[in-house]
Amino acid sequence: MTAASMSAFASRSTWLASRVTHVALGFAVLSLLSGAFDAPDLFSRGGISATLRFTAPILLAGLGALWAERSGVINLGLEGMMIAGTWFGAWAAIEWGIGPGLVVGVGAGVAFGLLLALLTVTFGVDQAIAGLSLGLLAAGLTRFLSSITFATVPGGSITTSPPVPDFAIVSVPGVDLLIAPAESADLPILSDAAAVVLGLLTDVSVLTIAVVALVPLTWWILWRTSLGIRIRAVGEAPEASDSLGVRPWRYRYLALAVSGGLAGLGGVYLVTVASSLYREGQTAGRGFIGLATVIFGNWNPWSVTLGSVIFGFTDALRTRQELTVGVLLTGLGLLFALVAVRRGLGRDWRGVLLFGIPAVAMLAWFWLVRVVPSELVSFAPHLTTLLVLAFARQRLRPPAAIGEPFRRGDAG
Amino acid sequence: MRGPRGAALLLAAPAAATLLALVVAAAVLQLAGADPVVTLRDALAYGLRPETLVAVVNKAIPYYLAGISAAIGFHLRLFNIGIDGQYRLAAFAAAVIGAAVAVPAPIHLALIVTVALVVGWGWAAIAGLLYVRRGVNVVISTIMLNAVATGVIAWLLSPERLGQIAPGSNNVTTATISETGWIPAIPTPAGGLNGLVILAVLLGIGYWVVLNRTTLGFEVRAMGLSERAATVAGIRAPRLALLTMAASGAIAGLVGLPQLLGASHRFGLDFPAGLAFTGLSVAILGRNHPLGVAIGAFVWAFLERSAQVLDLAGISREVVTILQAVIVLSIVVAYELVRRVRARQERRYVAQTVEGAPA
Repeated sequence: MTAASMSAFASRSTWLASRVTHVALGFAVLSLLSGAFDAPDLFSRGGISATLRFTAPILLAGLGALWAERSGVINLGLEGMMIAGTWFGAWAAIEWGIGPGLVVGVGAGVAFGLLLALLTVTFGVDQAIAGLSLGLLAAGLTRFLSSITFATVPGGSITTSPPVPDFAIVSVPGVDLLIAPAESADLPILSDAAAVVLGLLTDVSVLTIAVVALVPLTWWILWRTSLGIRIRAVGEAPEASDSLGVRPWRYRYLALAVSGGLAGLGGVYLVTVASSLYREGQTAGRGFIGLATVIFGNWNPWSVTLGSVIFGFTDALRTRQELTVGVLLTGLGLLFALVAVRRGLGRDWRGVLLFGIPAVAMLAWFWLVRVVPSELVSFAPHLTTLLVLAFARQRLRPPAAIGEPFRRGDAG
Repeated sequence: MRGPRGAALLLAAPAAATLLALVVAAAVLQLAGADPVVTLRDALAYGLRPETLVAVVNKAIPYYLAGISAAIGFHLRLFNIGIDGQYRLAAFAAAVIGAAVAVPAPIHLALIVTVALVVGWGWAAIAGLLYVRRGVNVVISTIMLNAVATGVIAWLLSPERLGQIAPGSNNVTTATISETGWIPAIPTPAGGLNGLVILAVLLGIGYWVVLNRTTLGFEVRAMGLSERAATVAGIRAPRLALLTMAASGAIAGLVGLPQLLGASHRFGLDFPAGLAFTGLSVAILGRNHPLGVAIGAFVWAFLERSAQVLDLAGISREVVTILQAVIVLSIVVAYELVRRVRARQERRYVAQTVEGAPA
């Protein structure tokens, strides 16, 4: 190991250590707050497993967006591909069982991905128009198909399906036995920590485990195989790739098929694990939130995962009590107040206003109203997306050829 | 490439798209177990009745307003998906304020329209600022703002706040605007035509004039053709993007007015939603030209209205949504193919001219 790489390693571990300390401190403060205001479901086992269930579909959309954008195509059809995944997944699962449901749902996503490739890669249509039109097509198609399938069977209607079978649920053996006493012991911070561990390791759907495994798999394929390097090369410099015999259209077709498949899997996840039936409008913009995680995550699968957890956590807030969200808001208000004070010490008065005003607003809200009504919680993930995109540091490096159609020898 | 050949090419795209849409329509109808020829003939016959045509025009007015709003953004490749949130928030605010005041008719109407314009403008300006200052993608930010608008309206519209439960139904609405804030329908032999059609026509003319006869419009078109060239010429891209986004939002704020001023006179849970994609679609169909967008809006409304016949034939009218998506997709493909043919012709023309020129 050279001196330079040693010091890089050292600074990296300091960075990691400071991050871990921050997270632990934040957790402790929130845990104490929720204890003080009697909002027990902030770090309950159910709350954590809900976060996991809400994170997975966003993560799948995020990974789908990552594959597409790394090859140079912005996939604004993710939402439509997810919709296709929900409908076809639910339909096939009801007809033939959960396995075929998975295959058909993913297949529907792949089919839409290939259609987007046909439009954007072969025909060179504007990527935004093509993607958004696919969303329209998916919405119309599923509504029509519902009218001739779900609407005609008992328990279903034009907007909802009958119950969809679920995947098997597993736990890490022994964890429940060992840690559950700590969870129920009512210790200040420890009980909440135990609940988090239990929520992550017990009663987890096998599909969730598969989704988590897709993150390292995506990283490995895109960064450690020649196939992945070609896909990324096509997203950075299609002309140069083409001159070396790496045909951009071929890898963009492939990347969009994978992208659609991941979004389709996200749809299947929504109808099987996150809920137990198909409902129209179920995707609720998650495909677009997935696109945002890629920007937040600077086109890197690990950071995309982090972004998905943030959005998944806020998405899962709708399952919590209104008071819990109020407590969370207070935590956020305290964090903003802290940042404002630090900006004040650095004599950055604009920063003080930027963070101080929201801090005062959030703390005042909690003081006066205490709860956050469910109508306002419903857009928590969307508002978080906006704020994160607005405040995140903008040292981003998107793929160089993103959004540009490639045509050999075409001057425009 | 002007001249008869160019015009033929320009018409070739919509014609090809229509043909493809008809083929898909026939296939879907066949799949659903209906006779395609008979069903399509019935739908056309129903759609062309005078009463239906008036209803179609009424339906097309908000589509047209949304289409112009989308077209404004398209010039700078700004996809304003936020039209949806902008017009619903604008109509909600206009309904609340319009119902709260009692003033003479002209002032009342002017107030309602102003509120709608300002709210749509302001809501879109958030996305514009995020784009210009922080580089946030407009598609993503406006979709998120739509969700925020939906939640805020749902919260404010509850009976404890600004809403009231409509007697005899489970609809929650704002208070009804008094008659000084209504726009009467224009009577025709086939039924009342929404009075806001005049606003739509004036808006179309205004859009054309600003775009083609003012410096601002020139800057927008220049920026749309080549950002680099326009920037070099001294046009400030961020300022223009913010202005365009806000203008698109202000027009979007008007989308709910035909319903609010001409029909329901209050904002309720049943207020039409989801017109952003309609607006984007008709703007694409109409190639951002005011007349083209008008045709697109009419076609859209015609398809939806004449689809009511399908219910009688026992087919879900959602078939129409599939058709609309197929039309948009095939028309963008057709436009792109036409563009390529033209580019090739131009290259050949230039090559010939250069070769034929004296050395």
